[in-house]
Amino acid sequence: MTPTAKPPIWRNVRFLAWAFQLVALALVVTLIAILANNVRVNSANLGVPVGLDFLKQPASFEIPANEFRSTQSVQSAMVQGALNTLRVAILGIVLATILGVLVGIGRLSGNWLVRNLSRIFVESIRNIPLLGIVVFAYLALVLSALPSVQESWELSGLVIANTRGTSGPWFTGAIVNVLASAALAGLVAWLIRRWRLSRLDQYGEAPNVFWWTAPVFVLVMFWTAFLLGIGVTTPMVDGRRVVGGITLQPEYFALLIALVIYTASHIAEIVRGSIQAVPRGQAEASMAMALSPVQRMRFVILPQATRIALPPLGNQYLNLLKNSSLGFVISYFELTKVTSTTIGNRSPAVPAYLLMMLLYLIASLSISAVVNFFNRRLRIH
Amino acid sequence: MTDTAPTAADQPTDPPLWSPSPSGSVSTWLKKNLFRSRLDGVVTVVAGTIILIAGFRFLRFVFVTGRWQIVRENLSLYLTGSWPEEHLWRLVVVVVGLALIAGFIGGFSAGRIDDDPSRAVSLAGRDRLVDLGSRLWPLVVTVALLLALTTTIGPLLVAAGAIVAAVAGNMAGRAVPGGMSAVPVVVGVLFLTLAGIWLLNAGLSWNSWGGMVLNLSLATISIALCFPIGVLLALARRSEYPILRWLSTGYIELFRGVPLIGLLLMANVALGFFIPNSLAPGKVVRAIVIFVLFTSAYIAEIVRGGLQSVPPGQIEAGKANGLTPIPIITRIVLPQAIRNVIPALVGQFISLFKDTTLAGAAMGLTDLLGGAEASTAQADFRGQGLIAETLVFVLLIFWAGSYTMSRESQRLETKLGVGER
Repeated sequence: MTPTAKPPIWRNVRFLAWAFQLVALALVVTLIAILANNVRVNSANLGVPVGLDFLKQPASFEIPANEFRSTQSVQSAMVQGALNTLRVAILGIVLATILGVLVGIGRLSGNWLVRNLSRIFVESIRNIPLLGIVVFAYLALVLSALPSVQESWELSGLVIANTRGTSGPWFTGAIVNVLASAALAGLVAWLIRRWRLSRLDQYGEAPNVFWWTAPVFVLVMFWTAFLLGIGVTTPMVDGRRVVGGITLQPEYFALLIALVIYTASHIAEIVRGSIQAVPRGQAEASMAMALSPVQRMRFVILPQATRIALPPLGNQYLNLLKNSSLGFVISYFELTKVTSTTIGNRSPAVPAYLLMMLLYLIASLSISAVVNFFNRRLRIH
Repeated sequence: MTDTAPTAADQPTDPPLWSPSPSGSVSTWLKKNLFRSRLDGVVTVVAGTIILIAGFRFLRFVFVTGRWQIVRENLSLYLTGSWPEEHLWRLVVVVVGLALIAGFIGGFSAGRIDDDPSRAVSLAGRDRLVDLGSRLWPLVVTVALLLALTTTIGPLLVAAGAIVAAVAGNMAGRAVPGGMSAVPVVVGVLFLTLAGIWLLNAGLSWNSWGGMVLNLSLATISIALCFPIGVLLALARRSEYPILRWLSTGYIELFRGVPLIGLLLMANVALGFFIPNSLAPGKVVRAIVIFVLFTSAYIAEIVRGGLQSVPPGQIEAGKANGLTPIPIITRIVLPQAIRNVIPALVGQFISLFKDTTLAGAAMGLTDLLGGAEASTAQADFRGQGLIAETLVFVLLIFWAGSYTMSRESQRLETKLGVGER
């Protein structure tokens, strides 16, 4: 017997490892195949089609808020649903971040009242189910506490709130023009910012970025808006309805409020933890350099805290996107509600739900990708 | 120029961001905590106005304008759903049994910690009551409120029985000799839990579960099942075998990328396509399966974080001592990994507890929240705008449970010395 003799195959670790893995893979594949086959057979037995042909059928339900008519296809209904999901998720992410950062800083404030107000907000909202907040915001706030159209609450003619919706000023003209105008103004402002910062680097001039960019932004936006024929309308009560401006339907408004305060309470905790994780010497050093408390936050603490906060913040954004599916419960026509409705109207359940899951998966992975991109950029090399 | 050693006067006047301590007389306290600068004064006034208005409105709602009759009359709907009255004794046995088990676990772990001289925290009788009160006040207040709202003597007797059982369990737990292994205790608790589920289920179909009982059962059963699956998934994702890694990663990313309510809807409507109808379980079991599938993906990610925090030297040391892979994982890696992620795990369990409300919304089960909405549609209360009252009441129950859990997890964290070793 030589020491180099191979062990028998059933004692060979590498062989065993691969055999084990292949068996696991085979089991999973078999399971999926059985399930897929079941769907095929059961669908055939029930006379339900499989495949995506149902997307071409007429939707046969309406989405009043989007002027979606029942003769349009299921496909455009799902697109509209996905857009509505994004509409609430994107604005929700922006607002929740602002509120969450404010409350998170508030929890560390030296001011006793602010500190405890923030703490009560976080500890109460974080510990109740989001579904409860959504239902409360819809049934108890937006539908019950707000007045009827005739007795609308008005804020100097700019904001009008009643049980039919909340209205505010908006642009007239195509939304594409508005976006183009804002993009152009943003581009010009960004170029000016770069120029100011380069002057700072070269000659040590005070950059005054805000005072340079803000007027330019407003001016460019104003003139392009004028040239493209964009105006502004404000809402007005006209008998039993509100005309002009933009109206957020009650479902959207309730879902948005609920998502924002719930996510903000989680973001606040992340922000607080990240600020506390910035080494204390940083704060002390900035005090030693006579920075004001606001400067200390803006230039020393927050930039470093952002780096720590970004990964968990990304998770909260993902959660907000997925939680927007709770719009289902209050009949806000986002993706989940649209999918369930179309299934109720005899679209095949399995392909429709799988398509919905796929859309959510794509949206989630896109948000992860964006967060990872910023995460990489902020990392210290 | 003389020597410029820093003096107290050179120090910046505003206190560090995170540790203003109230001390001194009222006026110094006010100055230090509320009016440090002009801006601070403005902020104080604004925040104070918000607190006063919100507090006034809330108190007025609770004590003056709120019409709490609906809550009083629907208490049993909220707590037990449509549980038949002749089976109520099963619930009573389970509640008292749970109190006994909880007391026993508390006493058992307290006894073991007290035996360890470095960690002994024994408090005298009165201090212990104060300590328990400050820890458990949300639960105590909620239970007291529930008892105050009841109209019969039964719940009072049950609560008294539960307290007696908890104290008895605690004393029994402390009496267990310190050197004893925890394994028989864990096995015993698991056995009793299964017996409890059997007791609840015998003679009653799962589908008659409702109210808070449903939320609590869904949460406990799902937590117990998803934890081991999550740990296995995390180990698979960190393993050196590529196919296992891919499978586990695919599973985790798939379930983390889709909304829970979508999965529940799918299980409710489309399950019959995937498996033969004769095999399809009832709604409660479906909900549990979905919760387990969904939450185990999240648990896996948390445990993976914990696994990454264990230094590789620990594994190498295990190998050097001649341990085989499984004891290295179960005795060296996992205990350290899980200890490091206890807060995140408890956070996940809290969100699972809160998410059980989705089963009500997506599958048409009458859970605590669903019961609150359903009660506003009863003939006596319809169209009176009572949704705020019912929701505030049931959300208080959820809040008390979640808040206590999160506070206790922070306590456990300090007790285990996470981040200190």
